Amino acid sequence: MIHTQIDERGYYGRFGGAYIPEMLQANVEELRVNYLRMLEDPEFRREFDLLLKDYVGRPSPLYYADRLSQHYGAKVYLKREDLNHTGAHKINNTIGQILLAERLGKKRIIAETGAGQHGVATATVCALKGLQCIVYMGEVDIERQAPNVARMRMLGAEVRPARSGSRTLKDATNEAIRDWINNPEDTHYIIGSVVGPHPYPDMVARFQSVISEEMKWQLAEKTGRDYPDAIVACVGGGSNAAGAYYHYLNDERVRLIAVEAAGLGVDSGESAATSQLGTEGIIHGSRTLLMQTEDGQIVEPYSISAGLDYPGIGPLHAFLIDAKRAEAVSVTDDEALAASLFVARQEGIIPALETAHAFAALDHMSYGPEDVIVVCLSGRGDKDLAAFSAYLESQPLP
Amino acid sequence: MNRLTKLFAAKPRDILNVYFTAGFPTLDSTVAVIRNLAEAGADLIEVGMPYSDPMADGETIQQSSMKALQNGMNLKLLFEQLTEARRHTQVPLVLMGYYNQVMQYGPERFVAAAAAAGVDGLILPDLPAYEYERDFREIAEAADLQVSFLITPQTPDERIRQIAESSTGFLYVVSSSSITGGSSEISDRQRAYFDRIAALDLPNPKLIGFGISDAATFRTACEYFNGAIIGSAFIRALGGQEDRVGEATQAFVKRILEPSYS
Ligand SMILES: Cc1ncc(COP(=O)(O)O)c(C=O)c1O
Repeated sequence: MIHTQIDERGYYGRFGGAYIPEMLQANVEELRVNYLRMLEDPEFRREFDLLLKDYVGRPSPLYYADRLSQHYGAKVYLKREDLNHTGAHKINNTIGQILLAERLGKKRIIAETGAGQHGVATATVCALKGLQCIVYMGEVDIERQAPNVARMRMLGAEVRPARSGSRTLKDATNEAIRDWINNPEDTHYIIGSVVGPHPYPDMVARFQSVISEEMKWQLAEKTGRDYPDAIVACVGGGSNAAGAYYHYLNDERVRLIAVEAAGLGVDSGESAATSQLGTEGIIHGSRTLLMQTEDGQIVEPYSISAGLDYPGIGPLHAFLIDAKRAEAVSVTDDEALAASLFVARQEGIIPALETAHAFAALDHMSYGPEDVIVVCLSGRGDKDLAAFSAYLESQPLP
Repeated sequence: MNRLTKLFAAKPRDILNVYFTAGFPTLDSTVAVIRNLAEAGADLIEVGMPYSDPMADGETIQQSSMKALQNGMNLKLLFEQLTEARRHTQVPLVLMGYYNQVMQYGPERFVAAAAAAGVDGLILPDLPAYEYERDFREIAEAADLQVSFLITPQTPDERIRQIAESSTGFLYVVSSSSITGGSSEISDRQRAYFDRIAALDLPNPKLIGFGISDAATFRTACEYFNGAIIGSAFIRALGGQEDRVGEATQAFVKRILEPSYS
């Protein structure tokens, strides 16, 4: 069995660590020495659980998707993170981190966002706690995820455009890190995925682990056994996947399927399929797989999905894929768009473009009729209606 | 003897270290910048290896890095240029960059190439102390490359002592809690921080960097330690000077060292 917990330096095997300049050390160290103690504090637990229940609306349902099951010839269950308040799994993490920030006495919250779901989830918890909120977002993403920009502003957050590089998630993350360097005392940085320097990957995975914690008893109730045969999740940085895998990481009966965005195609030069195109290196303070040139310059990724348009993956996923514990599947823009439409019309659920990649992966897999497959339905597609409308117009009339 | 050791022995005060991004403003300006900096009186030169995602750097260095990469700069070419520069000057050279570049080049191969090109020291701000001791210190020492680490106003005394022990070169005293590129007067709070470091009585030479942008801030910094590092202000001075890199470089150094010069 592989060792799926971090070691004392924040490594999963050789992936992880904290490759940060000294200017970030104080901030990161403060979190590192406090996070486990705070997370295990019964009072923290109580407040976290209560907010997840009454504010987020957890537990999220595990829904048996009858028509998808018939179509695929397997038992397909959907873990409905799209029904959470703010419409995605991202809020599980921001609730946890805002409670932490509050206990650390922070007054100012910063975040990066790609699809805007993490930005909205951060703006939401800041409103809830009355804290100042600044969200960095790539200029390209501000354009393609306009509804979420409006939501963040409605919630009182300031959205600051990241104008460097590909003007997407990677660049927004760089800007957030720079802000944190410039504000070493009163600011907490709520990272939106299982990326960044230790302790972020582990901390975010713990907050998201509620997804598989619920899956266990929900599956037991519905299928008579508390594990599925496979869990399918999309991977941008990998937080919904980490949460959906968490309690099954060491359960080899469960296949873990990590779905990446292939953009226009893995070999097209316009892709974000990190585990296939990436090599080992350092991005945003973490040793992991990333897309880079031979010289170690980070390559600008591409995906239609802003939340998957990132040139790295969290160190846990690099480790799981390297150890062959998780299987990586990649899905193109077109496959994801087709899957969105298909799921919308089969189940009456419009998934986020990120999540649509996970659905499209079902076409790449094979299974037996009794197999139980859980798809992590990480978010809803309201924010992507512009992309869906354009796609519909390009389709022949039925 | 390592040129840095020699420099600090010969000149304990008022050391001017100027940073520039290799390949900026043009791909082949590296040698001219180094030669003119040295001629005009810079004591030490920090050569930035341009990186796509320089997380500790502000807009100025970020943009110069982007330009340098667009110009076609890469490590192989940089080592060739440094070898050429070494034919003309014995000024100490320190390479500054992010660890991913070193990792991809291969730490052993990188150190060997840097030493062969006449480099004297390295600054790798995102290489953590533990990984440095485990993967890097021995090979750098064997090649007589001195490695400098950063300390900031947030670094506790105990940690400063550990960092000073790891540093085989000068200590890089980051003047304030910020990314590179700021410029303002040196505040009372900063003075208190410098005094705190001075009181630790560490054996390493110390240079102050970040926010040193003109003759006045350079002078003040020199009152505290062995000298100071100027980066973004020089990059700004090189901007748009593609055709007169030499003159712009000399004029910049003169403005720092001879405040009456304009
Ligand atoms: C709905 C949804 N799913 C997935 C992701 C990808 O993030 P992660 O891989 O961290 O789950 C995002 C990111 O914005 C998202 O909004």
